[in-house]
Amino acid sequence: MSDEEAALSLANAASRPLNMIEAINEALDLMMARDPDVIVMGEDVGYFGGVFRATAGLQNKYGKNRVFDTPINECGIIGAAVGMAAYGLRPVPEIQFADYIYPGLDQLISEAARMRYRSAGDFTAPLTVRSPFGGGIFGGQTHSQSPEALFTHVAGLKTVIPSTPHDAKGLLIAAIEDDDPVIFFEPKRIYNGPFGGDYDAPSKTWKTHPGGKVPEGYYHIPLGKARMVREGSAMTVLVYGTMVHVAEAVLAAKGIDAEIIDLRTLVPLDIEAIETSVEKTGKCLVIHEATRTSGFGAELVSLVQERCFYHLEAPVERVTGFDTPYPHSLEWAYFPGPVRIGEAIDRLMSE
Amino acid sequence: MTADKPDGADPGPRAASVGQPRGNLPPLELYVPEPRYRPGDAVDYSHLEIPEAGAHSRPDETCPPVETRPLCDGLVRVLDEENRAVGAWDPGLDPDTLRRMLRVMALTRAFDDRMYRGQRQGKTSFYMKCTGEEAISVASAFALADDDMVFPSYRQQGVLIARGYPLVEMINQIYSNRADRLKGRQLPIMYSAKDHGFFSISGNLATQYPQAVGWAMASAIKGDTRIATSFIGEGSSAEGDFHAAMTFAAVYNAPVVLNVVNNQWAISSFSGFAGAERATFAARAVGYGVAGLRVDGNDALAVYAAMQWAANRARANAGPTLIEHFTYRAEGHSTSDDPSAYRSAQEREEWPLGDPVARLKAHLVALGEWDDERHAAMDLELAEQVKKATKEAEKNGILGHGLHHPFHTMFEDVFEDLPWHLEEQAEQAIRERRTKWPNWKEFSE
Repeated sequence: MSDEEAALSLANAASRPLNMIEAINEALDLMMARDPDVIVMGEDVGYFGGVFRATAGLQNKYGKNRVFDTPINECGIIGAAVGMAAYGLRPVPEIQFADYIYPGLDQLISEAARMRYRSAGDFTAPLTVRSPFGGGIFGGQTHSQSPEALFTHVAGLKTVIPSTPHDAKGLLIAAIEDDDPVIFFEPKRIYNGPFGGDYDAPSKTWKTHPGGKVPEGYYHIPLGKARMVREGSAMTVLVYGTMVHVAEAVLAAKGIDAEIIDLRTLVPLDIEAIETSVEKTGKCLVIHEATRTSGFGAELVSLVQERCFYHLEAPVERVTGFDTPYPHSLEWAYFPGPVRIGEAIDRLMSE
Repeated sequence: MTADKPDGADPGPRAASVGQPRGNLPPLELYVPEPRYRPGDAVDYSHLEIPEAGAHSRPDETCPPVETRPLCDGLVRVLDEENRAVGAWDPGLDPDTLRRMLRVMALTRAFDDRMYRGQRQGKTSFYMKCTGEEAISVASAFALADDDMVFPSYRQQGVLIARGYPLVEMINQIYSNRADRLKGRQLPIMYSAKDHGFFSISGNLATQYPQAVGWAMASAIKGDTRIATSFIGEGSSAEGDFHAAMTFAAVYNAPVVLNVVNNQWAISSFSGFAGAERATFAARAVGYGVAGLRVDGNDALAVYAAMQWAANRARANAGPTLIEHFTYRAEGHSTSDDPSAYRSAQEREEWPLGDPVARLKAHLVALGEWDDERHAAMDLELAEQVKKATKEAEKNGILGHGLHHPFHTMFEDVFEDLPWHLEEQAEQAIRERRTKWPNWKEFSE
């Protein structure tokens, strides 16, 4: 991975360790400086700088005309962003938790996602909706959900999920520059450091992780391009967000020479990367934290089956969260941790 | 796929999209509200218009909504500067009732203080206090019938306490322990107590508002006599659910009392971000054709009187009421919040409507029905009561220390019955546990 990270660093920009919040903050800052049409809005994002501090300092720097708090109304936040985009702005609304995005769904699904199509390009909706998602912080069922599949199911929305500070910055810049609506889910469990799935272990920071090295200045990571986390031959692991790190840790502990692909963007998907890898390894493991039924994993399994069937040496394995709301006290029993992933690896390896 | 090479090359800054200014028209300006005070600022509340206690007349409970208009812009207050109960809104409560109300308010505060400390000591993940807002939930509960249905937000623990819900049960829920009636599923303080007329609290804001209207409509459909009430904060009154609730309440003349607890702050966003700079929250009522009242939320007698008026109105089939409780969130939004980062610490000290517990106490003292000694003794007794309940609950475990509900319960209640896939997943969860800890046994086994 370090080689690849170096390749990403573009030009000779100096890099330094940042956590994911700082990387996101830097991407917003940079894009606001470059593009006067970029505006940031959301609950508590202004003076306070966001409940996770992702927008800290931006209002002070760019003024209340471009960085402002909003009423607690997700429908209004996204609807107003659609209207601002119709004017020609490039809004970056924040929804404080992904669990709170649902009142904004009509504006996202029926409006933003279809604006280009229904007006034949007369109007577009180049907004980037940022939202922390995922569990692992004892947030209970209303601060832990991973609703990405709801959005990947909608024609016209792009869905992006970074797994490192480096990627968070480059992908957020690309999302803001993208002329279509993008849902940008930030895995809040790894805001401050990678998480290998062992909740009893001390927290790590991004300081020593290669993905925590973030180049200064402008760079973007194209949407639709996966990241090779690790090359290998034993199996292909398709994963994104927090689970990239969990998968990496579990596979390393088990000594499996797996090829781990961080999808980064779910729609559009880097199908070429997936096909190339599965054709090479002949085995595939799909992992996500979200609930299982109709999750994005189902889409991945279908694609692999449709396109790589004759290369497969074993049924594709799928490891996910359970089909329940995210429980509070049993959070770690819910989370698809090392044991669940390990069982799937064992099944694949026994074939 | 690692093609992150400089197709990402810098496209350079973009030019702004700006229309052509027309003639000599002034440029339009965006207005973004800003609170008066930030950290470190001296606080002066002299701009607030606070009518004298007893200043407002009390219209007939069955009056047309528009007649409540003056009450939407004013402030119903009963306790005056000398701690007397004055004016048409004085509910005329007897001293025993007043003492009971004071006791429940003080108990709510004692409970909050202990639970807050428990969270800080790592016994649970999260807590939310209602400090300074005790009168709103407690006096409302006193004015309602015990079987009226309450659709609360997360700061109406006073309703549960007023209705005699066991503190131990509340703490079990807060600790997510093995005795938690909600089986450890919910974030702390998201209680549910149907047998106490207390609806399941959602972490999503304002969703309970139209639900309360629907419950009230159901009660009307069935010719029942029970009414419904709901509470939201002023911040969440911005949600579309508010509009849905008000519209349905007006259309069906639903027997419901809708409360907006205007405590000035929604995490870091002051009430201006919910529209408070343009109109009071109560004033919205009249536009919907709903009666509105704006009340001093730190005056337990005024809260009681307003809820009583609205409940009587609903029970008489005279229609819904929106009550704005004007108050101040004396503490952080939750244990995850640090208000010193965005508001002046002086606000709490300078709040012109005082502290609800202190004001009710002073009223009882002024009546000659209470004194400092008895109050101090009561506080000690309540602290002891909460401590005892805490110890009792801790026997059932604290968060993250193993004494949780059996793993299978995680899969129950998703549906009435477990479909095959949840049965399989339940087996998976238990197998994972045994793999991780071979000697592990569930306490119920």
